[in-house]
Amino acid sequence: MDLVTLGQLLNTTLVFSTALIFAALGGIFSERSGVVNIGLEGLMMFGAFAAAVGGHYAQDAGMGAWAPWVGVLCAMAVGVIGSLIHAVASITFKADQTISGTVINFLAAGSTLYMVKLFFDGAGESPLIDGFKKFSVPVLSKIPVIGEGIFNSYPTTYLAIILVIVIYFVLFKTPFGLRLRAVGEHPSAADTLGVNVKRMRYIGVMLSGLLAGIGGATITLTTTGTFAHNTISGQGFIAIAAMIFGKWNPLGAFGAAVFFGFSQAIRNYVQLFEWSKSIPQEFIFMIPYVLTIIVLVSAVGRSSAPKALGEPYDPGKR
Amino acid sequence: MHRLKKIFATDSYVVPLVAILLGFLVGAVVMLIGGYDPIAAYSALFKRVFGSPYDFGEAIREMTPLMFTGLAVAFAFRSGMFNIGADGQVLIGMTAATLVGIKLAGLPMFLLVPLAVIAAGLAGGLWAGIAGYLKAKRGINEVITTIMLNWIALYLSNYIVRNFLLLKGQNRSEDIPASLSMTFLNGVFDNARVHWGTAIAICAAIFFYVYLWKTKQGYEMRAVGLNPNAAEYAGMNVGRNVVKAMFISGAFAGLAGAGEVLGVFHYQSVFAASPGYGFNGIAVALLGLTHPLGVILAAILYGMLTYGAAGMSFGADVPPELIRIVIGSIIFFIAAQGIVRWVLKPFYLKRKKEKVS
Repeated sequence: MDLVTLGQLLNTTLVFSTALIFAALGGIFSERSGVVNIGLEGLMMFGAFAAAVGGHYAQDAGMGAWAPWVGVLCAMAVGVIGSLIHAVASITFKADQTISGTVINFLAAGSTLYMVKLFFDGAGESPLIDGFKKFSVPVLSKIPVIGEGIFNSYPTTYLAIILVIVIYFVLFKTPFGLRLRAVGEHPSAADTLGVNVKRMRYIGVMLSGLLAGIGGATITLTTTGTFAHNTISGQGFIAIAAMIFGKWNPLGAFGAAVFFGFSQAIRNYVQLFEWSKSIPQEFIFMIPYVLTIIVLVSAVGRSSAPKALGEPYDPGKR
Repeated sequence: MHRLKKIFATDSYVVPLVAILLGFLVGAVVMLIGGYDPIAAYSALFKRVFGSPYDFGEAIREMTPLMFTGLAVAFAFRSGMFNIGADGQVLIGMTAATLVGIKLAGLPMFLLVPLAVIAAGLAGGLWAGIAGYLKAKRGINEVITTIMLNWIALYLSNYIVRNFLLLKGQNRSEDIPASLSMTFLNGVFDNARVHWGTAIAICAAIFFYVYLWKTKQGYEMRAVGLNPNAAEYAGMNVGRNVVKAMFISGAFAGLAGAGEVLGVFHYQSVFAASPGYGFNGIAVALLGLTHPLGVILAAILYGMLTYGAAGMSFGADVPPELIRIVIGSIIFFIAAQGIVRWVLKPFYLKRKKEKVS
């Protein structure tokens, strides 16, 4: 394996990781505010669908290179709308958060394909669109390995990496972040101090819809080019795993998402190694999942979820 | 998760019934927006399920794995855990049943079939037990381990099928001699693939009820589910209960796998992706209010809807995906009972007034 393939492997890793990073960041916002979000999968589906449809019509309207960005905007909007269902049920009506998250997954799986068939005359797939083009950062992309690997990526990848840092800063260094975390740790204490618990939770859930929507959008706009029933198949759950693995911290989740992305990418390259040919492919596919469990057992230990995660806030309760 | 029980223990069957009606209503509105005829669609759906003995038998076939995975998820819920891993447990159960069914084919049938079924239950239980053990001993969130175990199960079962059981030149295992099919019903159901798994599922539901509500062990398990700290303070071994609950939950899911390979397909495919039994099981468990009787009823409803959905697209040209919107809405209204109560309010008020007068 030479340096060029190493660069390509890094590049593919980032392509697969990007969607997971966005969705995991979304999950962090929601869960840090105390609302379990098992619906990330569905929210990504909403985003992937909206990006495919929005991108398609924008492309038809002759918007050219801007069309994918229109797709991203649509994905953000539809993601937020989808997450509002979760927010209304679990925050306002105090429904069990796991259940209303599952509801999102069902509604997304049903309604997106229903609409695809409605918009495109019964076709099971949206029309193929161009999507994003890779963007080479001047100078930096000339660095060996890293240049090919990192600085020659899709715009969404750069956006994801920037957002990791921004969100880390927002969560841990701003009053807003402190309030959001307080609401997830001890809502009644936060309430006493004048933080509007329900409003903060609504914001957390809506941000998760926004980010998971972008996550879904990156899959249609950089990988598949269309939306079909199998465009989102388990990425949302992997994002949840990345969030827990990363201990609800944007930097940790970023690391975990890259790890899962790497495990996806390595499949395309694994035949390049001499030693790997003797190992059955299934075992190579298994490695990341086994490794995750081993890492959890040995290093991470007890997961440190936000204290009030999963509990609807009821001011009347002691 | 503790709230689940609280919500559902209100032993009100009015709310689920209204939720089902509202769910159908949402589906109808969505169809109207899409320019379809909801009445034609729903009647096509029910015609598909009840139209012929064959279809009715196949609808029962569709319900069976849902009963098992629904029970699996519900049992874990009752013990305070969220088992997203029923999918993997089904696959492992399938593989165990296929392995035993093919490799021990020399045994007489009355031994071979029960052995294959028991192997499936055990394998599924042990697979889920891993997640239970890791939670009990290391405090690792069972959601993440069961998600990981789903993927590992997918690849492991494919590996076993491809390397030890493969039918030459095909992407599936050899035929399994052991069979759970109810061949004596072939005349009644016009050769629909009905099998003993359905009966086993109902027995499993009865076991679920008796074990959790009529035995000391079950009492402990529910106590752990409701409040692990209080249970521990009362001298119960929380860790052991967690492992045991996951084992039983996984065993239910494993049995679903046995039903599918021994009763329906008579071989095991190499799966490109997870077949999704477990995720449907989550919906069934929630629809069934995590009570065994409710789960069986929910599986019947869910199985009817998904099987009948194909009829909708033939009969009324409605995309079958619509049915997922209906199911999602039903669960939504059950979960957000506040909305249903709000809809019901006028009726309740009227009743009270009548009492006064």
